[in-house]
Amino acid sequence: MISANLPILHVIVPLIGAPLGLMFRRSPTGAWLLALIISWFTLADSLALLLIVSGGEAVSYEIGDWAAPWGIEYRVDMLAAYLIVIVSGIGAVTMLYARQSVEAEIPRDRIYLFYTMYLLTLSGLLGIATTGDTFNLFVFLEISSLSTYVMVSLGAERRALTAAFRYLVLGTLGATFYVIGVGLMYQMTGTLNMADLVNRLPEVAETRTILAAVAFLTVGIGLKLGLFPVHVWLPNAYTYAPSVVTAFLAATATKVAVYVLVRIYYTLFKGGVFETLPVDEILLALSIVAIVAMSAVAIFQTNVKRLLAYSSVAQIGYMLIGISLATITGLTAGILHLFNHALMKGALFLALGCVFFRIRSVNVDDMAGLAKVMPWTMAAFVTGGLSLIGIPLTVGFVSKWYLILATLEKEWWPLAAAILFSSLLAVIYMWRVIEVAYFRERPAGAVSIGEAPLAMLVPMWVLVGANVYFGIDTDLTVGTARAAAALLMGG
Amino acid sequence: MTPETLSQLAIAVPLIGSVFILLAGKWPNLRETVTLTTAVIMFVTVASITPAVLAGARPDVVLWEILPGLAIRLTIEPLGMLFGLVSSGLWIINSVYSIGYMRGNREAHQTRFYFFFAIALASAAGVAFSGNMLTLFIFYEILTLSTYPLVTHHGDPATMRSGRTYVGILLSTSIGLLLFGMIWTWHLTGTLDFKQGGILEGKVEGIMVAVLLALYMFGIGKAALMPVHRWLPAAMVAPTPVSALLHAVAVVKAGVFTVLKVVVYIFGYEFLAETSASDWLMIAAAGTLLFSSIVAMRKDNLKARLAYSTVSQLSYIVLGAALATAAGIVGGGMHLAMHAMGKITLFFCAGAIYTAAHKTEISQLNGIGRTMPITMGAFAVASLSIIGIPPLGGTWSKFHLMMGAAEADQIIYVAVFMLSSLLSAAYLIPVVTRAFLRPPDAKSAGAAATAEGGIREAPLPCLIAICATAAGAFALFFYAGDIAQLLEPITAN
Repeated sequence: MISANLPILHVIVPLIGAPLGLMFRRSPTGAWLLALIISWFTLADSLALLLIVSGGEAVSYEIGDWAAPWGIEYRVDMLAAYLIVIVSGIGAVTMLYARQSVEAEIPRDRIYLFYTMYLLTLSGLLGIATTGDTFNLFVFLEISSLSTYVMVSLGAERRALTAAFRYLVLGTLGATFYVIGVGLMYQMTGTLNMADLVNRLPEVAETRTILAAVAFLTVGIGLKLGLFPVHVWLPNAYTYAPSVVTAFLAATATKVAVYVLVRIYYTLFKGGVFETLPVDEILLALSIVAIVAMSAVAIFQTNVKRLLAYSSVAQIGYMLIGISLATITGLTAGILHLFNHALMKGALFLALGCVFFRIRSVNVDDMAGLAKVMPWTMAAFVTGGLSLIGIPLTVGFVSKWYLILATLEKEWWPLAAAILFSSLLAVIYMWRVIEVAYFRERPAGAVSIGEAPLAMLVPMWVLVGANVYFGIDTDLTVGTARAAAALLMGG
Repeated sequence: MTPETLSQLAIAVPLIGSVFILLAGKWPNLRETVTLTTAVIMFVTVASITPAVLAGARPDVVLWEILPGLAIRLTIEPLGMLFGLVSSGLWIINSVYSIGYMRGNREAHQTRFYFFFAIALASAAGVAFSGNMLTLFIFYEILTLSTYPLVTHHGDPATMRSGRTYVGILLSTSIGLLLFGMIWTWHLTGTLDFKQGGILEGKVEGIMVAVLLALYMFGIGKAALMPVHRWLPAAMVAPTPVSALLHAVAVVKAGVFTVLKVVVYIFGYEFLAETSASDWLMIAAAGTLLFSSIVAMRKDNLKARLAYSTVSQLSYIVLGAALATAAGIVGGGMHLAMHAMGKITLFFCAGAIYTAAHKTEISQLNGIGRTMPITMGAFAVASLSIIGIPPLGGTWSKFHLMMGAAEADQIIYVAVFMLSSLLSAAYLIPVVTRAFLRPPDAKSAGAAATAEGGIREAPLPCLIAICATAAGAFALFFYAGDIAQLLEPITAN
């Protein structure tokens, strides 16, 4: 019974769990435990799903036993399972870490709301990755987005409110564009089910309506994934959200949006979209600007969270470059980087969470001399940074390898050079922080502080360890990404 | 134990040693014992592989496949054998020296120092025994990162800036250019293994051969080809044992060693000779060689002068590789050992002078030979070896390199080598004459000691190390034939 319901449990359990969180108004620990247990449950479910679909066969589930296209179909293939594992894995680790960090950053009487919203976001993100229905995807997109706005607004500073509001405006715009795109497709094909759309779209692919739909979908999802230049909500949202929220969102939300884009281009349109509209060239051009310009902007940030936020916009550029190359290697690189970037940014933001926990600031200057008092935290930050730069034996190196290989296969030398150049910019912005933390002295009157608590260090180092582990053993990541890419390109 | 196991052990020993160094951190004597023991075990391990390699064996072990078809792989061939022997052998002597220097100067954070030193040596061994370019690249990067805390040991703003230059140039060249070249090679050939005769022949042609070669040569920043040499003088802010072993031996030699590996096993030197793709490299190397000698003459700071001398001497090896002849490559390989022995001695002496007399500038060294006769005597011997005067080791490598230039019908580079020897005499000999022939400055602290007729040498461990390497430079003159014999097979086809 359980095994038949696997494709839905990881969505439905957090969805049901979320309102349960409201019962823990007076017990933040209870709310945390609930979120923790559910997160680990979804991870177990996701891993089981990955195991099932790794043979190449997708699993399908009809909600309420209503057959598609009337009912909603959930469909987990290799790519979906891979993404679900990323989201639930990051969720499980950040929840392990969350208790003390959240207690330190969110007023006690609102903590239960945070965990409720977190569970809704988790459910929404996992739902997006699971569903085989374009409208149902919109529903989950809204569930995850709305709950995310709330989580961002829970940040300690009042500026979190304006950041959340800006995110809300742009995010809603994105969702609206998405639903307009879905509507246009429905108008031409009469279906919302992805499997049906795949069959019916080719006949009408050249029509104005579908072209308009592609445009709406691209811009709509582009807003969600932080595509340059419609990324403007992202730096503030990441900077002012509570640390745990930033870590979770940076590692999952944008990745899920990238996944939706891949689904639209490669599953619905089977890559044919690039022949009718130059979206690949547009994305490529924008991404090249993103990886260079956003990395350069990151260099000049004084708030380290914001620095990493700009770095994220650049890193999303890497994924989009891979996707818009429209080759198996390129797609592999893009999909691979979804996973790898989640690990790097997850680790880095968790390290910043530890920093904030102790010194109540993540400004570069306030981090002076921190390496002496928080050696484990800063060592984690350095390792995450090395991974971001792409030093061998870390995941960043593996991503970079495939991305450059993909550009060389196309013989696009300048693009390869641009990618390498932007990694050098990453050296600069990471080193700025490292130098301050290791070489400057702690300010004279600074309160004496110690290392972050073990309950935060351990989950952070789990992610750091994953950065190294998956940089050495690439069977799971490269294997899955390549298989998924082959399916998408061949299917 | 099989040579395959030993090759892994050679990398594992210093890593294990580093853990024990951390554990013994609170007891300095125990900690230094651990360092010395580790160094000795490592050298014995490396040395015990030598007979097999001399007999023609090429121990090869695939450790772990990182990407499909791309593994961490160790293969021992003569060039790597030589580099492994040189760096592990000199580590023993350098550790003895470090004890004297670090304690003599009351340096802080000594545990960290010995810890990263051991890691750096492990990565140097990894570079030496790499079986493919990926493995080499991995250890090359670890070497950069593990030496960063050593370069910035003093932790003040000046060292931080130098450290920035150091890591900035080494990381950006390796990631921006070397990695690019590697992925390109992989794309062309589907392999990164080091193979006798190279892997690129027939896969790339025309101007692209030269472009790819440029990506490698400037990408290997550790070989300090101008204009990517700036990190080396910057690294001189490190404590002297670091300058001595790492920036005269392990790190820079890892650079030129990689250059030789790439020329011999990736391109194949005959392929380079046919395509004339390395012609530009000869000019670049000769330019670096001469220009940095001139810069060295103008440096008053002793360590800075030695650093530019190193830049110049590294280009001997790069030029040897660029000549793309058998004698040039053997000469380059030999020079790797000869220069290591000579230059480490010179740095030891510079450190000894600093420890005993607290002097860093050459202009302060008037008459110092009277208070530090052993140190300055060794300095003279090592200088002669660097210049290439018999009966010292440097003679033979220069001889082979000139043969290489003649073989390539590039008589002009024979002249370059000769001119450069004169230049190195011009920047090294004045230090010696100043120390022995000029009277001490009346004002300097040394003058007082001389007036009392006292000898004020550096601590004993430093002296032992200095004498050992100076004697080594002498001994290498007689063992040069063995090195040449070891290296001969790499030029066979």
